[in-house]
Amino acid sequence: MILATEDLSLSFGTVKAVDTVSLKVRRGTITGLIGPNGAGKSTLFNLLTGALKPDTGAVRLEEQDITGMSPDRLFALGLGRTFQIARPFARMSVLENVMLAPMGQIGERIAGPFLFRGRMRAQERLIRDKALDVLDFVTLGPLADHPAGKISGGQMKLLELARVLMGDPKLILLDEPAAGVNPVLTETLIGKIEELNRQGKTFVIIEHDMDFVMRHCDPVIALAEGRVIFEGSSDDALANPVLLDAYLGATADG
Amino acid sequence: MIGVISYLVFFATTASILAIAVLGLNLQWGNTGLFNGGVVAFFGAGAYATLILGGAAQAGHLGGYGIFYPLALLGGMVAAGLMAWIVGLLTLRLRHDYLAIATFGVAVAFENLMRNAEWLAGGAKGVRGFERPLRTALGDGFIYNLVFFVVVLLILILTYLFLQRLVVSPFGRLLRAIREDEEAAQSLGKNPARIRLIAFITGSVILGLAGGLYGTFYAFVSPQDVLPTLTFQIWAMLIVGGAGNNRGAIFGAFLIWGAWTASGWALSRFAPVEVQLYTGSVQFILIGSVIVGMLMWRPQGFLPERLVVSHKGKTKRKQHGEY
Repeated sequence: MILATEDLSLSFGTVKAVDTVSLKVRRGTITGLIGPNGAGKSTLFNLLTGALKPDTGAVRLEEQDITGMSPDRLFALGLGRTFQIARPFARMSVLENVMLAPMGQIGERIAGPFLFRGRMRAQERLIRDKALDVLDFVTLGPLADHPAGKISGGQMKLLELARVLMGDPKLILLDEPAAGVNPVLTETLIGKIEELNRQGKTFVIIEHDMDFVMRHCDPVIALAEGRVIFEGSSDDALANPVLLDAYLGATADG
Repeated sequence: MIGVISYLVFFATTASILAIAVLGLNLQWGNTGLFNGGVVAFFGAGAYATLILGGAAQAGHLGGYGIFYPLALLGGMVAAGLMAWIVGLLTLRLRHDYLAIATFGVAVAFENLMRNAEWLAGGAKGVRGFERPLRTALGDGFIYNLVFFVVVLLILILTYLFLQRLVVSPFGRLLRAIREDEEAAQSLGKNPARIRLIAFITGSVILGLAGGLYGTFYAFVSPQDVLPTLTFQIWAMLIVGGAGNNRGAIFGAFLIWGAWTASGWALSRFAPVEVQLYTGSVQFILIGSVIVGMLMWRPQGFLPERLVVSHKGKTKRKQHGEY
């Protein structure tokens, strides 16, 4: 088990956004987290990534209790995330965006550029080479010197994946990777995710698009009204009347 | 002729001191996105502390420590840094506009403290009787001013080189990332609160250095030197020069100080007598107009921030039509 929650709950006022959620993410999977609008997906995602703190319950990463830890500490422990609406550092080049991510950079300390110049430069060369490799991997190599704010929305999602990869995370949480991205880039993105998965990385994908999840994720966890209503393989999910009812019913109403 | 040169030296000294201050603000705002609306408090802390530490004995308030001048100047920087540390711990959680209001309040409080706490720094009379360093050797004339200018210029160059090396390093990259999107930076393992505080203190130390030099130049500092006007002037210099660009910051300081001085001279010379009475106020209107006009016409300033491109040669292919 790489990630697990125990009775995780968070309320906003009287609304139980996440209600005693216990789930498990197996190592080496691409786990899909689905649910209709307002099911609590994003809140759960924010609890897993440290952006929100739960009222009760616990989150564990590889048996370590990470409940309430800040996002920067979680990244250091090997948990990477992307954002629903891509958040590039707009007035920085694509390459700089990626070079920012590695931990433990000597030059990030204020004294680094003055006292440890040689070591800093050597480290910078390694980081730059790795960043260029990662950019090539996500097909953004030719855009390395472009301002990150001026690439397309889909390219920004690829850039976010590249940034996260620089930290060598074990687990990557993707928030609606297909939302607002043209189909060609979506295929590129999912291709890269599957390739990384074969190399051993675990993914959790929150996705509104049921079709996308059924095709690319296994197992699948479904949320409705803050609760887990289904946990199992994608084949079982497709055959599950409760899930289809909750999901399609809500979609049809909404 | 010597009169003109003498005036130019005087002008360039003031402009260079202000340029150092603008560089300090640029680290905070241009690079890190911290809206310091109380620039003058840190500038003033440097000026007051330098004169109190390095000056002769004063009746009725702190001072007379007679500390070796470079150490007094360093003390001024430390005072500004300490103040930034305390203010930073209290206010840096605030976002842009709130941070601006809070720091503006700090500057007003600082001015009022200096004006009223006579035991501390002489109140409205200010700190007087400061013995300028090397005065016995160089006298009070043109030579002294020339030497002082050269020293200020060297300090300006050193400050520029220090910041320039900082902003092209991974530290500078980190500052820009915090400026662009704090939450995204935190999701990549960075600690925004810590970085913001470090940038705020470092910028304020540089503001304190500028203040210390300013106090030394006039051998006097009073609450009149720490009015909000100076904050606006330094901001105008940064906006016009180009926030995020250290060369722009220096250029803006010289340009705006030149325009300020020239407008004062032109008003006193050519304006009708009834307008001359309000020269100061007219100058404020002018500087306000310059800020507004610049923000509308060229918000990135004359010398805009340049994209840091850390590798050259590999990606010359343009991707036209890609987006």
